[in-house]
Amino acid sequence: MVEQINIMVGGEAGQGVQSVGHLLARAFARWGYRVFADQDYESRVRGGHNFFRVRASRAPVGAILETLDILIAFNRESIDLHRAEVGKDGVIIYDGEKIKDVTGDKLISLPLEKLAVEAAGDRMMANTVALGTALALPGYDLPLLTGLLRDYFGGEAGEKNVKAAQAGYEQTRKLASSTFTKKLSATEAPTRMLVSGNEAMALGAIAAGCKFMAAYPMTPTTPIMEYLASKAKDYGIVVVPAEDEIAAINMVVGAGYAGVRAMTATSGGGFCLMVEGLGLAGMTETPVVIIEGQRAGPAIGLPTRTEQGDLEFILHAAHGEFPRAVLAPSSVDECFWSVVKAFNLAEKYQTPVLVITDQHLASSYATVDRFDVSKVKIDRGLLFRGDGDYKRHAYTESGVSPRAFPGKQKALVVTDSDEHDEAGHLTEDAGTRLLMMQKRLRKLYGLKKDMVVPHNHAKKGETLLIGWGSTQGAIEEAAENLRKDSHKVNRLHLNELWPFPAEAVALAMAEAKHTYVVENNATGQLARLIRRETGKQVDASILKYDGRPFTPALIIDQVLKEGC
Amino acid sequence: MVTVKDYTGLTSAWCPGCGNFGILQAVKKALVDMGLEPWQVLLVSDIGQAGKLPHYTQGNVFNSLHGRALPAALGAKIANPELKVIVIAGDGGAYGEGGNHFIHTVRRNHDVTYLVHDNQVYGLTKGQTSPTSDFGFVTKTTPEGAPLPINPITLAISVGATFVARAFAGDVDFLAGLIKAGIQHKGFALIDILQPCVSFNHKNTFAWYRERVHKLEEGTYKPGDKNTAYITAQEWGDKIPIGIIYREERPTYEDSLPALKQGSLVDQPIEPHRVEKLFSEFV
Ligand SMILES: Cc1ncc(C[n+]2csc(CCOP(=O)(O)OP(=O)(O)O)c2C)c(N)n1
Ligand code: SF4
Ligand SMILES: [Mg+2]
Repeated sequence: MVEQINIMVGGEAGQGVQSVGHLLARAFARWGYRVFADQDYESRVRGGHNFFRVRASRAPVGAILETLDILIAFNRESIDLHRAEVGKDGVIIYDGEKIKDVTGDKLISLPLEKLAVEAAGDRMMANTVALGTALALPGYDLPLLTGLLRDYFGGEAGEKNVKAAQAGYEQTRKLASSTFTKKLSATEAPTRMLVSGNEAMALGAIAAGCKFMAAYPMTPTTPIMEYLASKAKDYGIVVVPAEDEIAAINMVVGAGYAGVRAMTATSGGGFCLMVEGLGLAGMTETPVVIIEGQRAGPAIGLPTRTEQGDLEFILHAAHGEFPRAVLAPSSVDECFWSVVKAFNLAEKYQTPVLVITDQHLASSYATVDRFDVSKVKIDRGLLFRGDGDYKRHAYTESGVSPRAFPGKQKALVVTDSDEHDEAGHLTEDAGTRLLMMQKRLRKLYGLKKDMVVPHNHAKKGETLLIGWGSTQGAIEEAAENLRKDSHKVNRLHLNELWPFPAEAVALAMAEAKHTYVVENNATGQLARLIRRETGKQVDASILKYDGRPFTPALIIDQVLKEGC
Repeated sequence: MVTVKDYTGLTSAWCPGCGNFGILQAVKKALVDMGLEPWQVLLVSDIGQAGKLPHYTQGNVFNSLHGRALPAALGAKIANPELKVIVIAGDGGAYGEGGNHFIHTVRRNHDVTYLVHDNQVYGLTKGQTSPTSDFGFVTKTTPEGAPLPINPITLAISVGATFVARAFAGDVDFLAGLIKAGIQHKGFALIDILQPCVSFNHKNTFAWYRERVHKLEEGTYKPGDKNTAYITAQEWGDKIPIGIIYREERPTYEDSLPALKQGSLVDQPIEPHRVEKLFSEFV
């Protein structure tokens, strides 16, 4: 058995669930563990029920587990809702002086608040006491924890947190250590970065030289704009908090036209408002990058919860026909690289590139090896130099016309959302229309060559699980566990969806015994796309649309039910 | 030396006698008077009759969506503040479809010049009511008459405009002077131009305006006083003031952006390795 631990912190919004969870994840990362952590929260600022799950392991992890080793409960609801998930050797830590009359087994009551007051003079520090407790149980190094808190909070706040954590840690070692039998030890591995999908995307944008972002806050992608805004001064980036998403996308198109790498980020609802602007980018051949973090729809839906319900919408958004690329990173690490690639594709093909995530991937944290920035290559595509004749939309074999930036040379840069001629002036001429449509659509041939061919992990005759985007971690672990039980199951995962890798998918399906598509939506959108693009029908869809992410166990259940 | 010839564009598709011709002439005159060459200028336009103007002259052109000229222009201006950005829209695009952008662009004081061809009607779509149609104005979409119009001048002043002018397409020289002043103004400049539409607005005609417009005399009229401006902006009917109604100095949005202190964003290098410094935040 791989050494691993699964901890949940549960409580009301405002009780520090997020910060304790985040610090737990960082603590394990500093121990050299691989971490995957996800958040479940309600659309409110105070109260309600929220939790943060941290899974730390010596082996790579990309999904959450249902069975908890430790549940830190800051309120009664957390105990009631999650005690069934606590494994047979697991424990529930709570403050019996605050949450009275709790009965049952696995319970460890510690006076978290009292300890906080005694040690740090602040009852609000109860959550840091709990952090010390949770880390004491598996035998975490105290000095490593205090070092983390000093780095994280700094100064006086750091010392206060250290005192609180120490109190929790020591009290637990004294009273409760023996009740928890799972002991972990430090690994030799170096500390990896702990980043969320959103943070990885923001870092990717900085690495790629994004100079302009305009956006309107919308869960789950708001942290991207907040992170970039916090770095705007040091990195020469402008972040405009636009009046609405329509303004945001149009500003981004304007900035892209003027010659900078520009992007926006939103969720499905905001993207609905951006759709005409998306077509504008297609028509004016302006590079733009759009991040769409899906949440459960339609309309406001489940604002803080996950879904992969926007796939077909994103593939088809905007009227008329124009080339686009759609990337769907399937891990936190890929979030970084997809954004880098998106900027290159957008400029190389002078067309919009969409990067899709969802609440689950966007707000989950994972350990990643430091992004190897030497591998970030910048491709700004064909550029016009000089002062001679210039036609912004000149016909070319590839469909890509050299770009010039307005005001950077005497040549004028003219473009139009109306159909236009090579010089960019509006025209209704039928012949020009045909040539222009063909020119723009020709870019898809080049684009297709720049897409990675998805890797088929399955051998001939195995059952194939096909997924896209954020479900990769859960599918991978499910397939692995099924194979351990001697089921011949493997996977094919799509992280670049358009232009669609039809040949690779068709081939993989032809060789498979059964094909199941696993996706976080109600109607099987990828399955439909596969049928449309390959003419092949998958055997079944394994779907989930309750706003919660897949776990490996859920997928295993369904696969076994379908047969493999 | 730049001359008006350098600003010759394609043949227009406007109706003969349209007020837009005067505006086109004034734009060219202002740019020539300022010694600006077409490559230094970015014309961002809306959709509608007004929005076609850039094609009939010279310059860098971004002909955007209906109602979205402002945000597209702001993105370009921030990316390259060296561009002289002139935004052109009709009353429908400016105050209807793009109304929200208008309010917020005024408030943030972006350094662009906004020319609104205000013909009080939707011209391109053939004569429906617009946000500035006079009360009771009968169109195919308002058979019982239009509701109260928006007053773009008072609206702009109330949300923090730093340059608000009203002009008349029938007085080219005066309009050219206002456009020049608007371009020279550091910050957002709104010039609402009364523009007769000979095809679809048979009420607010050249003759109707000529009888009513009067110039705000420089020297006697003080555009720095907000209360006076507010009252002046409400004059409509028998007497309609034209000229700079309100003006103040305030830092622009672009002034507030630290990223622009190094110059144009377009000129900044892309240095991927610099991101590495941030990685230590995540351990
Ligand atoms: C989203 C959208 N809605 C409607 C239209 C159709 N449309 C084009 S121009 C216009 C109104 C034009 O009126 P105005 O902005 O006043 O310009 P004018 O033609 O009068 O100069 C309309 C409704 C459009 N192009 N896009
Ligand atoms: S319809 Fe009106 S605004 Fe349009 S060109 Fe004709 S006269 Fe001018
Ligand atoms: Mg109009």
